Amino acid sequence: MKAIFFRTAAAAALAVAMTSGALAKTMTYCSEGSPENFNPQINTTGPSLSAAHPVFNRLVEFERDSTKLRPGLAESWEISADGLTYTFRLRKNAKFHARNDFKPTRSFTADDVIATFDRMWRKDHPYHQVSGGAYDYFNDMGFHTLLKSITKVDDNTLRVELTKPDATFLASLAMTFASIHSKEYMDAMLKAGTPEKVDQVPVGTGPFMFVDYKKDATIRYTVNPDYFNGKQPIDRLVYAITPDAAVRMARVQAGECLLAPYPSPADLPRLKGDAKLNVMEREGLNVGYLAFNTSKKPFDDKRVRHAVSMAIDRDAIVKAVFRGTGIVAANPIPPTIWAYNETLKPYPYDVEKAKALLKEAGVGELSVDLWAMPVQRPYNPDARKMAEMMQADLAKVGIKAEIKSYEWGEYRKRLQAGEHTLGQYGWIGDNGDPDNFMNVLLSCSTARQGGQNIARWCSKEYSDLVEQAKFITDTAKRTELYRKAQEVFHAEAPWLPIAHGIVYHVASKKVKNYQIHPLGTPIFEGVDIDE
Amino acid sequence: MLRYLAARIGLIVPTFFGIIFLTFILIRLVPGDPVEVRLGERGIEPERHAALLRQMGLDKPLAEQFLGYVAGVLRGDLGVSFSTQQPVLREFMSLFPATIELTFCAVLLGVLIGIPAGILAGMKRGSLYDHLMMTASLTGYSMPIFWWGLLLILTFSVNLHWTPVSGRIDLSYFVDSVTGFMTIDALLSDERGAFRSAIMHLMLPTIVLATLPLAVIARMTRSAMLEVLGENYIRTARAKGLSALRVVNLHALRNALIPIVTVIGLQIGVLLGGAIITETIFSWPGIGKWLVEAIARRDYPVLQGGVLIIASLVMLVNLIVDVAYGLLNPRIRHGR
Repeated sequence: MKAIFFRTAAAAALAVAMTSGALAKTMTYCSEGSPENFNPQINTTGPSLSAAHPVFNRLVEFERDSTKLRPGLAESWEISADGLTYTFRLRKNAKFHARNDFKPTRSFTADDVIATFDRMWRKDHPYHQVSGGAYDYFNDMGFHTLLKSITKVDDNTLRVELTKPDATFLASLAMTFASIHSKEYMDAMLKAGTPEKVDQVPVGTGPFMFVDYKKDATIRYTVNPDYFNGKQPIDRLVYAITPDAAVRMARVQAGECLLAPYPSPADLPRLKGDAKLNVMEREGLNVGYLAFNTSKKPFDDKRVRHAVSMAIDRDAIVKAVFRGTGIVAANPIPPTIWAYNETLKPYPYDVEKAKALLKEAGVGELSVDLWAMPVQRPYNPDARKMAEMMQADLAKVGIKAEIKSYEWGEYRKRLQAGEHTLGQYGWIGDNGDPDNFMNVLLSCSTARQGGQNIARWCSKEYSDLVEQAKFITDTAKRTELYRKAQEVFHAEAPWLPIAHGIVYHVASKKVKNYQIHPLGTPIFEGVDIDE
Repeated sequence: MLRYLAARIGLIVPTFFGIIFLTFILIRLVPGDPVEVRLGERGIEPERHAALLRQMGLDKPLAEQFLGYVAGVLRGDLGVSFSTQQPVLREFMSLFPATIELTFCAVLLGVLIGIPAGILAGMKRGSLYDHLMMTASLTGYSMPIFWWGLLLILTFSVNLHWTPVSGRIDLSYFVDSVTGFMTIDALLSDERGAFRSAIMHLMLPTIVLATLPLAVIARMTRSAMLEVLGENYIRTARAKGLSALRVVNLHALRNALIPIVTVIGLQIGVLLGGAIITETIFSWPGIGKWLVEAIARRDYPVLQGGVLIIASLVMLVNLIVDVAYGLLNPRIRHGR
């Protein structure tokens, strides 16, 4: 029965795509992994979020090429003077996708937004436990304590009250997890006794409609002819799941895919030399760093932190470990974030000065533990090698470092418990807001057991600046505060920021208007193909 | 024959329960739990961690979890994947046809080339052909699959454009999954050129996956032939004036087949478990990749269920091989 439904739905959806009469323009994307399902509320992996993204819209959206916000399903919004009440004016012309077993009878309204958030928020919601019921992003972004109420003023007006002012709220609403689902579809599937279908056969208002998923092989979408922002230039979208990086690139070179992300650094020169390809790059929304445990001697002394910062040759590390896919970091936030302070420069590599600073601080023979991450991350492709290079550099200034590592879960737990002296770690941004790095990773409130501030660094001056910036909504004022906070960070050096990983995507030159989004999700709205 | 069969089946039952027990225990010995491994840098509050483990039933004592699992298996319920929330059996069934299709083609290629090549080498022992065949099979035997696959892709797909790079069919075709076997589904579909595309997509993965079985089968055939060709009855057959072809076909090959069938059976068993590297290189949606990802995700139900089904299939293949011995050689059947 299910197979028949899929075939019919797929055929119907494709028929829609083909009715234009012209030859269908198909965008093929070689994706790096398989989705777990198609509901971004309940998963956190890149492939799952990328697979759900084309189907849905959010109340507010990120621009196609930055983390600046633009209207989505909300046409406009007002924020009360105390920053506690958000009133959203909703679009009247957004329609949910129709499928064979579901025909929407109405357009998008405030009821859909309420149902979407209630599922994640209310434990007694009939969908709360469906598909495992883990709403990681909703909880991680603090929505479970931040939301006070979501009320419908009328069909096209929604009021959200918060428990405390939070300038990052809008940016979080633009994240993929906050994609708006159809209440009518949820109700229909519940009535049919198949609520899990909402997570496997997604229905949204987005530019592309889901057609089918062949496990570990392909995901197919067709264009939404009723999309509120206008019909898209491409007719079909196909994700071809290709986990191996070298093979993904071979597929783009052979023309089997028009776009593929994440080439291996070794393939970059060859790909750049191919006249048919366009190798795109962008600094990722991430930072890799070495945290000094400031609660342990002698790293409570900033001269020692400065000395280590100058003793480690980051240019050499970035060259050897990132092989051209990273840039040396100066600040705790990457340059793609709007509050980045470009006047601050990385500490120079200066062994003599480092030695002098250590002497000045009264540090003679010093033995430390240096923690190397057990996993590969975009901000640290080879932690072991990085640790070995750091160990060699530290030896030159008389610091004997012993490299330690644990299994990933254990590593994180012990690091957050403050067991390390020097610890490699990093962060991948969630919503492009500076608060998501600067407050979460370095404020006094997170310098606790199990907290994210693994440097255990607490500067009142810094914390006051980032806390203040969180509670005001004026971007210019916030920028000023964050720039000042970065100066404090630079002077105090609780971390040695190492690098920001660069993200590469490789496209055929036929692909037009595609840009790498800082958050990593491929966005196909507005993308065209030259035939 | 029936007694022989009953004895073989009798051995399967304890093995089956042993496998259930081992997979259950071994995956739990791997550090990290299913909640922890999916987390990024942020980590998780201990209360939420405990609540999520409770939801998965992992807070119960190990013995209780095990008994619940065994009861499920006996009911035919292998559980639900932690990561996709889909029944394990349904996921397995959606991926297994791709594995069978590739395994079948690889073994077929291995048998069709390996046996004649081995026979010829055995018959012409010490000749140039024999040396070439031995060298080629040794190369095939020790070739790193990853390197070999990428080499073929770069040569035939990227440079010569003779074959597609990876996948099961060209992305422009829309073939409904009826049987799960892409070649059959392509034939059933009314899309022109789909069948040809499916065959072309099978070529490189088949060659890569067949390399090792081919080498093993060829070498085994050669040595089995050499042993049999030295027997007295072969000399008698030759003395009777039978042609070389008849001697080989009627007398030598049949007697040499036992070790060859054993090797083929073992190879099928190995390949049914999924050819992880070949599947990864050729983006082939099969069982191997699914299981390896399940280890990374600590998806206990997928691993337990997947390993159990495959192990059962391997036991079945071994049973068939044992029965085939009996058919090929009555001495085995009668326990003599």
